[in-house]
Amino acid sequence: MLRKFLSISLLLSVILLNVSFPVLAAGDGESKTGFILPHVMDNYEWHFATIGHTHVTLPLPVIVYSPDQGLEVFMSSQFHDHETHEISENVVVNGYYIDKTYKLKAADSSRVFYDFSITKNVAMMFIIMAVILFLMLSAAKHYRKSPGTAPKGIASFIEPIVVFVRDEIALPNIGHKKCLKFTPYLLTLFFFIWIGNLLGLFPEAANFTGNISLTFTLAIFTFIITNLNGNKDYWKHVFATPGVPAPLLLIIVPVEIIGLFTKPFALMVRLFVAITAGHIVILSFIALIFVFESYAVGVASTIMVVFINFIELLVATIQAYVFTLFSAMYIGLAVAEHEHHH
Amino acid sequence: MGLITPGLGLIFWSALGFLIVLFLLSKYAWKPILAALDEREKSIESALKSAEQARNEMANLKAENEKIVHEAKIERDEMLHRASETAKQIIEEARVKAQADAGKILENAKAAIETEKRAALEEMKVQVGMLSLEVAEKLLKKKFATDAAQQALVDELLKDVKMN
Repeated sequence: MLRKFLSISLLLSVILLNVSFPVLAAGDGESKTGFILPHVMDNYEWHFATIGHTHVTLPLPVIVYSPDQGLEVFMSSQFHDHETHEISENVVVNGYYIDKTYKLKAADSSRVFYDFSITKNVAMMFIIMAVILFLMLSAAKHYRKSPGTAPKGIASFIEPIVVFVRDEIALPNIGHKKCLKFTPYLLTLFFFIWIGNLLGLFPEAANFTGNISLTFTLAIFTFIITNLNGNKDYWKHVFATPGVPAPLLLIIVPVEIIGLFTKPFALMVRLFVAITAGHIVILSFIALIFVFESYAVGVASTIMVVFINFIELLVATIQAYVFTLFSAMYIGLAVAEHEHHH
Repeated sequence: MGLITPGLGLIFWSALGFLIVLFLLSKYAWKPILAALDEREKSIESALKSAEQARNEMANLKAENEKIVHEAKIERDEMLHRASETAKQIIEEARVKAQADAGKILENAKAAIETEKRAALEEMKVQVGMLSLEVAEKLLKKKFATDAAQQALVDELLKDVKMN
């Protein structure tokens, strides 16, 4: 059924493309695809839709700390241009303006300031946090209220995942003795990324888990936990790799030290790329509709978007799994009681 | 805010957010959930173990019962066998004894008959002797009723004596 529909719409799109609808759109190609990058990037306001000339946006607080002006808090809507009602780089508030790449800049470029604004992604994170806390705490309520009984409701949805993270990620990689210590971290990591990925798939949701700052932060957490818990064997492996002749150590040790940092770097890049790419692909298919302005392309694109969305659901889960799995592996390597293999 | 350059503000907020979630969930979610899971797994394990134990016990009991039944059967068979043997023996003994008794009785009877017979014969002999004597007396009385007859006899006797 679906395949038939797909092939018919593809056929239609080819025919109709040749007929070529009159292009009515105003503006150049740039403006038709221009919404893609702003979506996957951060912003100081949450833009949902533009109906006619009215922008449906949620203004968010801008929080700036600078040594000379102290802490300043004001709404991002203050940066709006009075005519277009969009953020314009010509509007300067308290000596700051937002440039075309959605970056807060000081009008006086020599000034030093720190930007702690509640941006679109931070607002998204609060929603994700609320959802996670609601889910987990209501699941936990079941275990507190009626221990020993079969899980019900949210608990029955959460429990297999918790068991999976514990038995398939933490236990085999970290080992029996120490896995209990790290399971809460891995569980939080998994659900934080997974729920973040899933909520990010909603239309007009922010690309929180596909943001390099977030993946950087999570990778740093894994890096810190790994190296704080590294035992003697782990450090010995880095600085005096056993079984390697002394001259070779000159090469091996730097490689090992670089290896300490490439691990979290890989974590950071993998999640960022996977999620951001998915968003870009979906948005590109949507952009095709505006570029071609054809019903047939609209149908085909929509089908593709639905299809990619299903894949993204899969990717959301896989990436959460992979990030957690690799974190568990790195921690496991650091705390492993050796068994020297050489 | 570049696409591939991490921003300080977002790092700060996401670190804060993640730590808050980590703290709250560790304390109020993972701890009770993991503890409950552990407890449930333990109780399931122990239940399985006790079920296994019960099953083993059942099997043992059954085997024991079967053994008892088997032994009882053997014992019964033995008893029956012994009883029938005893019965046979008793019958045999009785038969032998009866035979012996019968023989003895027969012998006694024979002996008694023999004795009686002999006594009767003796009696008959006596009677026959007495009868013969009486007959002889009567005959002699008749034969030697006359003196001549008596003389003749004496003569004859004397003749025999002389010849000798």
